[in-house]
Amino acid sequence: MNKVFIVGIGQTPVSESWDKSLKELAGDAGLMAIEDAGIGYPDGLFVGNMMAITANHQAQFGTLMADWLGFHHKPALAVETACSSGSSAFRMALMAIASGEMETALVIGAEKMTDSPGSEITASLATAADAELEADFGLSFVGLNALLMRRYMHEYGWKHEDFSDFSINAHANAAHNPNARFRNPITRDSFTRSPMISDPINLLDASPVSDGAAAIILSSRPIQNGRKPVSVVASASMTDTLSLQHREKAVHLKAAEASAKTAYAQAGLSPSDIGLFEYHDAFSIMSALSLEAAGFCAPGEGPRLAKEGKIKFNSDIPVATMGGLKARGHPVGATGVYQLVEATLQLQGLAGPTQVKRNRYAMTQNIGGSGSNIVTHILQSE
Amino acid sequence: MEVPRIWRLKKQRYALQGEVCPHCQVKIFPPRDVCPECGGEAKTPFSFSGQGEVYSYTLISNAPAGFEEQAPYTVAMVKLNEGPLVTAQLTDLGDEPVRIGMPVEMVTRKIRNDGDERGMIVYGYKFRPVMAK
Repeated sequence: MNKVFIVGIGQTPVSESWDKSLKELAGDAGLMAIEDAGIGYPDGLFVGNMMAITANHQAQFGTLMADWLGFHHKPALAVETACSSGSSAFRMALMAIASGEMETALVIGAEKMTDSPGSEITASLATAADAELEADFGLSFVGLNALLMRRYMHEYGWKHEDFSDFSINAHANAAHNPNARFRNPITRDSFTRSPMISDPINLLDASPVSDGAAAIILSSRPIQNGRKPVSVVASASMTDTLSLQHREKAVHLKAAEASAKTAYAQAGLSPSDIGLFEYHDAFSIMSALSLEAAGFCAPGEGPRLAKEGKIKFNSDIPVATMGGLKARGHPVGATGVYQLVEATLQLQGLAGPTQVKRNRYAMTQNIGGSGSNIVTHILQSE
Repeated sequence: MEVPRIWRLKKQRYALQGEVCPHCQVKIFPPRDVCPECGGEAKTPFSFSGQGEVYSYTLISNAPAGFEEQAPYTVAMVKLNEGPLVTAQLTDLGDEPVRIGMPVEMVTRKIRNDGDERGMIVYGYKFRPVMAK
């Protein structure tokens, strides 16, 4: 397998983007990455997106982006694995280069959610669940996570307020990220008093519906533009049952654990080697489950890491260093690529005020559905 | 919503019919033809009693399209007495607060209508607290 390097990155601000369409956002991020890499047009295009068909009435989004960006007569496709679509697209590009099929590839993750009325985007998001077993009964995607959170609180005895430090940390870090959706700090008090969406999940447990796009150029040769080379040393994708009801134990993300273990084995690393972990904090409960599944603490101990401050950017296991899904925002199919862009900036020492100290290895974990399709990557600074 | 799709599901939605694995005897809901426990082929029908208890629950305030007029409503994972978990709305709750472990039983109720789309009213299972005998 050929070694693969990240040689260009681009990201649009995560926002409610009234004046840009899905293809314009994706195009902006793609062009930024192409300009950043300075190696011309790559050999192929891989797009991560979940809802172009349901929310934006557009199939063939990969083909459209190749057309829009001027990739004439080159291969392109879109990849969909719900919230992990961005990392899945990155993984497809990685495999294309590692196999020798391509020398360079552009990955774009993009999502345009805020054109749709609230109930319609809620229904679109619910298609990440099992249609016949979950969504047909009026269960929303937030509702699925609420079922998980309630059960977790029941099994381990945590209270709702014990999850506040995940969101407080994310907002504190986002304050320094010009591309983040929410750059305002929040307090324990505002967390506990925020309006309920699907109890026990309230507004400040949840990542926001957002628009955004991020892009990466991968290459079989290291970077040319003077910045520190970053390579991909692990890529592992795992599935679990699509519906929550069929899992062996609802509050254990088995696919996340398997994907993290496989990634550690590929890279020859253990959790203590990881200097930052861009996890999938779509909801505060997912922060806890992701930390546990990736081996940073025992099952049921996730909230303790947050309460003890160990997840801060200058502590043991920095997470959401540029705001995470909670505060940078969660434009669903783009999120995995944002995580990888942010991890790259950290490894290059370009993360600004939330720069982590141990920046040799960074791990990202992107969770599709309620834990049904999980993609973990480990990046290394050379 | 599509009429044939709902029609196909009538046995599981109205009679809580699943399967029993002829190899390892595990009870399966809904039918999935391959046993999730032993991986053997499992196509023997089995009707569940409809009795179970609440495994987890949430009150949905922001409903997806098609459910707005019902909000707020409670969705639960129910652990059936025969083993499997099923996801469904709770109904007839009265004043009793929902709790994990609360005994519930299956009833057939209107799940939703699809408004002006095709004029269909969809029925299926919900669960209610077990009535005092």
